[in-house]
Amino acid sequence: MSGYKIHLLVCGGTGCKASLSTAVVENLNHEIKTQGLDDFAQVVTTGCFGFCEKGPIVKIIPDNTFYVQVKPEDAREIVEEHIVKGRKVERLLYHDPDKETIVSDSKHMNFYKKQVRIALRNCGVIDPENIDEYIARDGYKALGKVLSEKTPEEAIKLIKDSGLRGRGGGGFSTGMKWELAAKNISDEKYVVCNADEGDPGAFMDRSILEGDPHTVVEAMAICGYSIGSNYGLVYIRAEYPLAIERLKTAIKQARDYGLLGNNILGTGFKFDIELRYGAGAFVCGEETALIHSMEGSRGEPTMKPPFPSDSGYLGKPTTVNNVETFANIPVIINKGAAWFSSIGSEKAKGTKVFALAGKINNVGLIEVPMGITLREVIFEIGGGIKNGKKFKAVQTGGPSGGCLTEKHLDTPIDYDNLIAAGSMMGSGGMVVMDEDDCMVDVAKFFLDFTVEESCGKCAPCRIGNKRLHEILEKITKGNGTPEDITRLINLGTVIKDTSLCGLGQSSPNPVLATINNFMDEYTAHIEDKKCPAGVCKALMKYEIVDENCVGCTACARACPVGAITGERKEIHHIDTSLCIKCGACIDRCKFNAVIIK
Amino acid sequence: MSNIKVELKKPDVDKIKEICKSFNNQPGELINVLHKTQHTFGYLPAEVQEVVARELNVSVAKVYGVVTFYSFFSMIPKGKYPISVCTGTACYVRGAENVLDEFKKNLKIEVGETTGDGMFSISCLRCVGACGLAPVVMVGEKTYGRVAPEMVSDIIKEYTNQK
Repeated sequence: MSGYKIHLLVCGGTGCKASLSTAVVENLNHEIKTQGLDDFAQVVTTGCFGFCEKGPIVKIIPDNTFYVQVKPEDAREIVEEHIVKGRKVERLLYHDPDKETIVSDSKHMNFYKKQVRIALRNCGVIDPENIDEYIARDGYKALGKVLSEKTPEEAIKLIKDSGLRGRGGGGFSTGMKWELAAKNISDEKYVVCNADEGDPGAFMDRSILEGDPHTVVEAMAICGYSIGSNYGLVYIRAEYPLAIERLKTAIKQARDYGLLGNNILGTGFKFDIELRYGAGAFVCGEETALIHSMEGSRGEPTMKPPFPSDSGYLGKPTTVNNVETFANIPVIINKGAAWFSSIGSEKAKGTKVFALAGKINNVGLIEVPMGITLREVIFEIGGGIKNGKKFKAVQTGGPSGGCLTEKHLDTPIDYDNLIAAGSMMGSGGMVVMDEDDCMVDVAKFFLDFTVEESCGKCAPCRIGNKRLHEILEKITKGNGTPEDITRLINLGTVIKDTSLCGLGQSSPNPVLATINNFMDEYTAHIEDKKCPAGVCKALMKYEIVDENCVGCTACARACPVGAITGERKEIHHIDTSLCIKCGACIDRCKFNAVIIK
Repeated sequence: MSNIKVELKKPDVDKIKEICKSFNNQPGELINVLHKTQHTFGYLPAEVQEVVARELNVSVAKVYGVVTFYSFFSMIPKGKYPISVCTGTACYVRGAENVLDEFKKNLKIEVGETTGDGMFSISCLRCVGACGLAPVVMVGEKTYGRVAPEMVSDIIKEYTNQK
């Protein structure tokens, strides 16, 4: 990075790329060239900055100016004004909606203020395709330190002491996992990185792989040394083409630098990494299913024990860790266990990356210390609910998790508290819902997902979830009876208790959690045949408000089934037996005379 | 669904054999072989699966079992412009369902089907990780963000005009 005085960092994450950040890079490069600034300023495509809501992001170093929603045609102004004349382009700076002020330095933005970036430390900072930039930020220092100064036992002890727990959902102690695999004596052992991120609404693993692939490579090598393995495998979703490309580049560069291969850093330690592609099956996030998939079979889970640490890939001892877990490892080695365990809460150390999405102002990727409250995450970092609506719930833990409500807003977030509140940490998706979301419908949506993704091996999950889904379908169609609630609870509990793997053991959570927290909505659907949020189509009734109707006939003409009658300049009526609830009349009426009841 | 009969020509068979060979005909590489084969042919009809099974020395049932297990593999050809609507949670709460309905209505096909002229197919995918742009629709490699049902006919037009 030397030589240049100014660096223009442009986000090359998937979200920003979809908003044309590649064209922004091209235009910036073009402008810099035409202005003859080639030796002075450099454009760097980085990984995700996290602030996806306002992408594409361009950050100027060294003054830390943070431009948001940059369009390709803004490139000239940025170069001419900022780079040449040293004047910030105000219209592209972030406007703080609370204080109506303009913030130019990202450090002062609410979105970043409370964040502590460990796993994401390099995302949005370095060029992920350049190993030198990773090395310049202490990259591979931890690997060197472990290989030259520590025995495998010491390395494992350090990870154990740090209190790091798996970030993929289970929350099992990482050091313990390593220790179990290390104890097994075998001619071959495997290190597996689980990059089969399947939770809808969670994209932290992809962002780490896209923004900082070397951290995973380095951590896997450290794990290999610690457990006595020479072979690493990354199981990655085929749907993540950019992450795959960047990871391949990183592995190749590491080999060229002697950081992977037969004699790493001259210590005689041998380690290499290969990729295995997932093919779109949610259950493969479960480690035994993942291993079967890597072996070329259907990704069906098997009973544990035997645990992968005893008999995993090809029957050999295997350690499976998730991407975010690995991303913490090099920092822990460099800064020490005590430093790491000083961050976070009593029972959960360090940080957690969350993907904020849904009805929230600042959609994006954040990393916060464990123990932070939901209120801080949603209202301070997330900037509150979109369009000033009322907060209703936040779904954590994806389809296996549950929803947390108003009363949980001040609960410190960690593994145990979330479980106590009827949800779970999961991989860190947080989907925020407002007053317009129907919780019965949301529960049905998640079950839709589980039914689709159930591998079919065990009956409780395969048949039970289908039945749960049917009951919910019945309720949202207005045919529910009070006994259905008892059925949902009983069946859900049985599925949780008797399913083979984590998918089935957690799939009823969304139903049970919504019954627990939003019983009134279920009652409204069942007793009053009404959907309070106005989502469930079968329960909606369109009506014309007499006082507002001017008899313009616009709605009657728009109705595709002729359900609306009325003469010109007279009040119109909707025949609800004919109405198909398409909403065409509402769209057409200029007088707010059509309402949904 | 699998009524489509495909007659494989010799060059096609050779190509599949070549792919299998590049993975040393290892049964454990089945998924990688299928990825590459689908990439080459666009989909995995039964006839292709038979060749793969023979080459890797596994049963056709095993190959079929794997193909149907994973949503990434398809036994019917996708359209020239495959439309994928993200139905991840973030997109769902921001109205992806209505967008999907509009595509289905407009093209008169269901999810997993291809239009008669082979131009478009619709599929759902779970989270492309662009939740900031929800709801998201992908047509081929191109991503459309913040899609509203009203935009659907314009998006389709973009491609029908190209032919």
